[in-house]
Amino acid sequence: MMSRVFSLFESTGFAYLTPGMVFMWAIGVTLIYLAIARRFEPLLLLPIGFGVIMANLPLAGLMHPGEGLLWRFYHYGIQWEVIPPLIFLGLGALTDFAPLLANPLLIFLGAGAQVGVYLTFFAAFGLGFSLNESASIAIIGGADGPTTIFLTTKLAPHLLGSCAMAAYSYMALVPIIQPPIMRLLTTRKERLIRMQKSRKVSPLEKIVFPIVATLLIVLLTPAAAPLISMLMLGNLFRESKVVERLNLTSQNELMNIVTIFLGVSIGATLSAENFLRRDVIFIFFFGLFAFMVSTATGVLLAKLMNLFLTTKINPLLGAAGVSAVPMSARVVSNVGAEADKKNYLLMYAMGPNVAGVIGTVIAAGVFLAFLK
Amino acid sequence: MAQNITAPLSGKVISLDIKVGKKVEEDDEALVIEALKMENPVYAPCNGTVKEIKVAVGDLVEEDQVLAVIE
Repeated sequence: MMSRVFSLFESTGFAYLTPGMVFMWAIGVTLIYLAIARRFEPLLLLPIGFGVIMANLPLAGLMHPGEGLLWRFYHYGIQWEVIPPLIFLGLGALTDFAPLLANPLLIFLGAGAQVGVYLTFFAAFGLGFSLNESASIAIIGGADGPTTIFLTTKLAPHLLGSCAMAAYSYMALVPIIQPPIMRLLTTRKERLIRMQKSRKVSPLEKIVFPIVATLLIVLLTPAAAPLISMLMLGNLFRESKVVERLNLTSQNELMNIVTIFLGVSIGATLSAENFLRRDVIFIFFFGLFAFMVSTATGVLLAKLMNLFLTTKINPLLGAAGVSAVPMSARVVSNVGAEADKKNYLLMYAMGPNVAGVIGTVIAAGVFLAFLK
Repeated sequence: MAQNITAPLSGKVISLDIKVGKKVEEDDEALVIEALKMENPVYAPCNGTVKEIKVAVGDLVEEDQVLAVIE
């Protein structure tokens, strides 16, 4: 009789529970809590959190290669590189590049903020991570979720869940991480600088931009093609004004659908054995370091540019060179408004902000070209 | 002398804090424009009385568009 009871018990998941799994449930629940109670990137952290729980259920086999449901989402969606480019299609449809076209000089700020990515790459490598792992960790500094996922899948898939979680966490923490650095590196007088009115960008320029940008960027960094070309296709949907249905589908329904699969798949890569490693602490630490350095170098580059410019730019704009769109632009606007409530920096900050997206994708493309 | 309140950026008017005939002081919040899901308060440029309001809540406005006139 006792042996029957015991074999019944053995057929349940309880017999196979490990402390690691229970710990991962706690991580999953924490992410869900942050999403619901704190509104930290809820569209992503909520499905990621639930995905973490799903992937850590004994005997359920949801991540079992070849047959598990989550494994299929992960394999066909992320390993096959379908989802991140589709997210970029939606981002392209959502993005107005006019602030960048109106003030092309600001593109340098989008490049300046990638310095953190490269510094972190060398720092992580110096501390014993492999070249591929270092690149995946460093790209977190761009604060761009889909690009981090795209690069990590190719270079260091075992770090995917941790790197993606770090990237999305820091995106949510942009309003907390960036302002102290921005205040520290600028004087009040600099924060008061008002931007010169930007010129109007014609509809033709907006249509030509995605086509020319695709050609130029993909010729320069072919490995960035999947992300850049989809970003620009989405943008062409938006600016052409003749395919409103495709435009709206890309930025709403399609984006929402792929976000569901992206979230649970990323969560599902966070099994106890993948996550409970000493490396993970370093990933979060280096990711934060990269993001802080990127913020700082963006601001410092803006100050450097001011040494040569006759019409000064507000150096706070440099912080928007990271690609957390539009969170960083909002932060710039808020920090600027602290100094002068009638200084409206939001739209100007969108210039470096969208340049930052392109910059991070190019940085990822350069890593791929070197390391793949 | 009349002065205009103009839109500092394009977006959607989500609240109006002024009324025609009411006095306003310089730097009082006059209305709020939402852009990129961010609320941007727009302030009165001078002391005076609101003579005319040219927009309503929910209107989309362009940068530099005249929103209200203060006398």
